[in-house]
Amino acid sequence: MATAVRARRLSPATRRNLLYGLLFTSPWIIGLLAFRGYPILSALWYSFTDYRGMMEPKFVGLENYSYLLSGNGDFYVGVVNTLTYTVMALPAAVLTALVTAVMLNAKIRAQAFYRTLYFLPVLVPDVALSIVWLQMFNPQWGLVNAVIESFAHALGATNYVGPGWLASEYWSKPTLVLMNMWLVGNAMVIYLAALQDVPQDLIDAAAIDGAGWFQRLLNITIPMITPVIFFQLVTGLIGAMQLFTQPWVMTLGQGTPANSMMFYSMLLYRNAFVYFNMGRATAMAWILFLAILALTLLVFRSSARWVYYGGEERR
Amino acid sequence: MSAVTAATTRTPTKVVVWYKLPAINLALRLLRHLVLIALGASFLLPFWWMVGTSLKPPYALFRMPPLLFPWEDPQTWDVMVWSNYPNAFTFTNPPFSIFILNTILIAGSATVGALISNPLVAYGLSRIRWPGRDLLFGITIATIFVPFYVTMIPLFLVFRTLGWINTPLPLIVPVFFGSPFFIFLLRQFFLTIPQELSEAARIDGASEPRIFWSVMVPLIKPALATIALFEFLNAWRDFLGPLLYLQRKEQFTISLAMNFFRQERDTEWGLMMAMATVVTVPIIILFFFAQRTFIQGITLTGIKG
Repeated sequence: MATAVRARRLSPATRRNLLYGLLFTSPWIIGLLAFRGYPILSALWYSFTDYRGMMEPKFVGLENYSYLLSGNGDFYVGVVNTLTYTVMALPAAVLTALVTAVMLNAKIRAQAFYRTLYFLPVLVPDVALSIVWLQMFNPQWGLVNAVIESFAHALGATNYVGPGWLASEYWSKPTLVLMNMWLVGNAMVIYLAALQDVPQDLIDAAAIDGAGWFQRLLNITIPMITPVIFFQLVTGLIGAMQLFTQPWVMTLGQGTPANSMMFYSMLLYRNAFVYFNMGRATAMAWILFLAILALTLLVFRSSARWVYYGGEERR
Repeated sequence: MSAVTAATTRTPTKVVVWYKLPAINLALRLLRHLVLIALGASFLLPFWWMVGTSLKPPYALFRMPPLLFPWEDPQTWDVMVWSNYPNAFTFTNPPFSIFILNTILIAGSATVGALISNPLVAYGLSRIRWPGRDLLFGITIATIFVPFYVTMIPLFLVFRTLGWINTPLPLIVPVFFGSPFFIFLLRQFFLTIPQELSEAARIDGASEPRIFWSVMVPLIKPALATIALFEFLNAWRDFLGPLLYLQRKEQFTISLAMNFFRQERDTEWGLMMAMATVVTVPIIILFFFAQRTFIQGITLTGIKG
């Protein structure tokens, strides 16, 4: 009876569409269940167990969480390092990308040439990149200190010695931020495209009304591209919180100096694949998940105040 | 109406602002190019360092200040040392060409997987109207927020049970089931194709698979090129994935090999930089040939989020 009603409600056309829709999306439905849904839920289950990867997982309730949250296993070292890095890297990346994009957006010669130039670093494999930067920022033999020191010496500070960069626990994270500013190419390309979508008549109107270049930028161009900035902020946040390869390669997985490069993801990896403590590692993964959700939500909530959606008619 | 008159009456009274004066305008434009070039130089410097160091003789490596050009000090840098390049290929065991082949195999298979699954899924999520479609799309987007580390451990355990550790399968098989990022990208692309095109084909009696294959696939070729490039590049650059699943040296990818080498021979800067150059140059060449495809793809995913 129920099936009869159902069958009558779905017209043959709808039923055919449903069939084809499911058929076309079936790879992803399987992938979603097998490679997302199942692992997410089983990670949650493992996080409540004592699981060493070999023996059966043993339910221990919230023990992994309380172990971590009470500061054991360098948990807060990872949290503080990761948050410090994120807080520095996120604005640095957004600003660099935005400034380069604005400079390139003007009708200038060789725009495509500059764009290519700034984009190239994005193509370098992270491991290769990390090794190059290790050498360039080598406090003794690296290029960066050579330049800084020669400037300082020319200015009269003859005994000046450059920073220790990755060898100094205070400089290591700023160095990493600097390194990632070099990778703004992706975001810059996106901003550049967004800037070119800003209606020219709006800018012209403001110019006629006497707004200078900077006023136009601040009051028209930037507000018009806030949706893109917002999107970049969210994806940048998610990326920065999961930073792994660069610090792992540069410190050989040790997080040196003085644990200043021991990021959350590295601790998690060590728990899972060095100590084979899968329960604790999955608990860390779920804490990270919730933290990312909370921070993303925060950005979303704040977006009502600063993201301008008026220009959305462009489709 | 008033706005129009205001505009027309105001334009003739040309207010000459100081920065509109021809001389100053020219100076400002030059200044901007100077800034852009300086910035460009700082973006290129690491590449220069990479290639330069790979060509230095050992005794010129640890010299202060470092040499950027051989003629700065012909005594310590009298000749370009090209031998680092053949050495980079042969000094490892197995040779570096094996690592490159491994990487190409993984990246190539993953690319094929991405090209098969994502267009189908994106088509089903954009060109066919069916109950539950928007829900599935919502879930798809939501999975972008799930950190890699949440699924990493259970998947590792599953692949271990399947006996897939030390095979490239964990890095390839999941790609054949679609990735949210590419589905999103292709869906954006499908939505720009007029619906009338499908309607016309349907009236002519074409089935959905037929429309997909004969009408849509030819139209989305640029987007397919984009995801092929992105997937290949991702796999080429990936480190954490291979680190999880490939433990035997014969199976290493370029990233794993370079990381391994960095631990073993920390001071052989010349060789390391030769390796870095070898893994970087091919993608830069690829980029120059496919620049438009790259830029288009990035733009497509970034703007309409």
